[in-house]
Amino acid sequence: MVYHFKSRRIIYGLTLLFIALSGFAQMPIFKRYYIADIPGLGWLAQFYVTHAIHYALAAVLMGLCAYVVLDYYFARKTSGTKRIQITKDTRIAASAQLKIAALSGLIITGFFMVVKNLSGIYFPHGVVIGLDLLHLLFAMVLLGATAYTWVRRRTWIL
Amino acid sequence: MSSPISRRHFLKTSVFAAGTAIVGTGAANAAITSDEEKESLVTLIDISRCIGCEECVYACRDANAHKFADPKKPFPKMYPDRVPVEDWSDRRDVTDRLTPYNWLYIQYASATTKEGENISLTIPRRCMHCQNPPCVKLCPWGAAKQEKNGLSRIDSQICLGGSKCKKACPWDIPQRQTGTGLYLDLLPAFAGNGVMYKCDRCYQKIDKGEQPACIEACPEDVQTIGKRSDIIKMAKDLAKEMDGYIYGLDENGGTNTIYVSPVPFDQLVYDTGKGKPHMHPVKDTMAAGSNLAIAMVIAPIAGAAAAVGKYYRQMKEEA
Ligand code: SF4
Ligand code: SF4
Ligand code: SF4
Repeated sequence: MVYHFKSRRIIYGLTLLFIALSGFAQMPIFKRYYIADIPGLGWLAQFYVTHAIHYALAAVLMGLCAYVVLDYYFARKTSGTKRIQITKDTRIAASAQLKIAALSGLIITGFFMVVKNLSGIYFPHGVVIGLDLLHLLFAMVLLGATAYTWVRRRTWIL
Repeated sequence: MSSPISRRHFLKTSVFAAGTAIVGTGAANAAITSDEEKESLVTLIDISRCIGCEECVYACRDANAHKFADPKKPFPKMYPDRVPVEDWSDRRDVTDRLTPYNWLYIQYASATTKEGENISLTIPRRCMHCQNPPCVKLCPWGAAKQEKNGLSRIDSQICLGGSKCKKACPWDIPQRQTGTGLYLDLLPAFAGNGVMYKCDRCYQKIDKGEQPACIEACPEDVQTIGKRSDIIKMAKDLAKEMDGYIYGLDENGGTNTIYVSPVPFDQLVYDTGKGKPHMHPVKDTMAAGSNLAIAMVIAPIAGAAAAVGKYYRQMKEEA
């Protein structure tokens, strides 16, 4: 693991864990299946709490994504200098490409879902259902790919 | 002792009260038949006029009977055991609370007027049709929807009956009927629990330019429906005229139902509990989300700025 990526990996990992938990908590399942009864997890059954946490973490995740994408771009631009981890030849792993696609899908659908939730905004009913299902699908893809790269110890860049 | 007669007298002597009904009908028709209007439809409920006859309650049932559930028994067993079976199908005639078969009920309240007189009031209660309805916005499947005219409703073809809308609703309005709906075709033992039901503003009648059934049926013209700006003005004028109080204008960030009462709402004594909504002040439940939306705009900009800052620092160091 490249040392200077460590802090961003920790932020990303924690954000992903709690944004996924608060996201799945939007479905009324944690109470039904006793998960919210586990001490310390009661908040998972409080819809306004999980809603706010999901939004706040989405802000963190988007901030981190913007930072990482631009940082990667600049690092490639300045390859050959002291920053040697990323060069012009650095490739993004296939699993990481899938994760990036899923993250992009989550951010785009999430953006429209946040807009829809503002007062006075009416999206067609089919669009709302589509956004809900796509957002869930992208989350499953991201979590699946993350589990794979975690087990296989795959890094984002080759 | 309560005296409904004096309460009625209180209103019937009000010249304003008579005026409202006429103006009200005009406002309603204008708004309901106008497609161009971008304003939401709002109802004014003058509780001082209501005599508790329940005509509205029965009109609601008749107009919406075709939407009610007809569940087949026995219901599939649900796991784990804590999942509650909510069955109103054998108690469809209950009218003293909200149920999946009773979307409007008459709440009895008592109060003391400024003059020290004890009065009783009857209050038609149903969904408030919030301007930014959490039941709709937080529904994880998009089963609940809000239409451009502001009414919110739950699609019984899509709802899985998880009851999140009821928990999100500051008044616990939606009511569940187990054993009906889409969940039966999915994993009835492990996910879902029926369909949630509530007042849908008689959308099928509004679509045809008609008035909601409860408004049409009321012999006392308790409710008036119309454009938001018209109804707010009317409600404020009425409150001023009767030296009364308003509920619903600011509750939960604003609703499309405005009650006007001759006594302060916090002084009303009424039965509340399951299926019997309160009349407390309600803060805007969606406000935190709306405020955090701003953070979501700022965060990527901050992230990008941090990356640019880092780049320039490094360029300087290496220069
Ligand atoms: S009163 Fe409750 S059910 Fe009605 S729109 Fe508001 S949140 Fe939804
Ligand atoms: S608007 Fe229609 S559905 Fe709602 S309470 Fe009145 S009659 Fe019932
Ligand atoms: S029909 Fe009118 S007067 Fe009778 S209970 Fe309903 S709102 Fe009150």
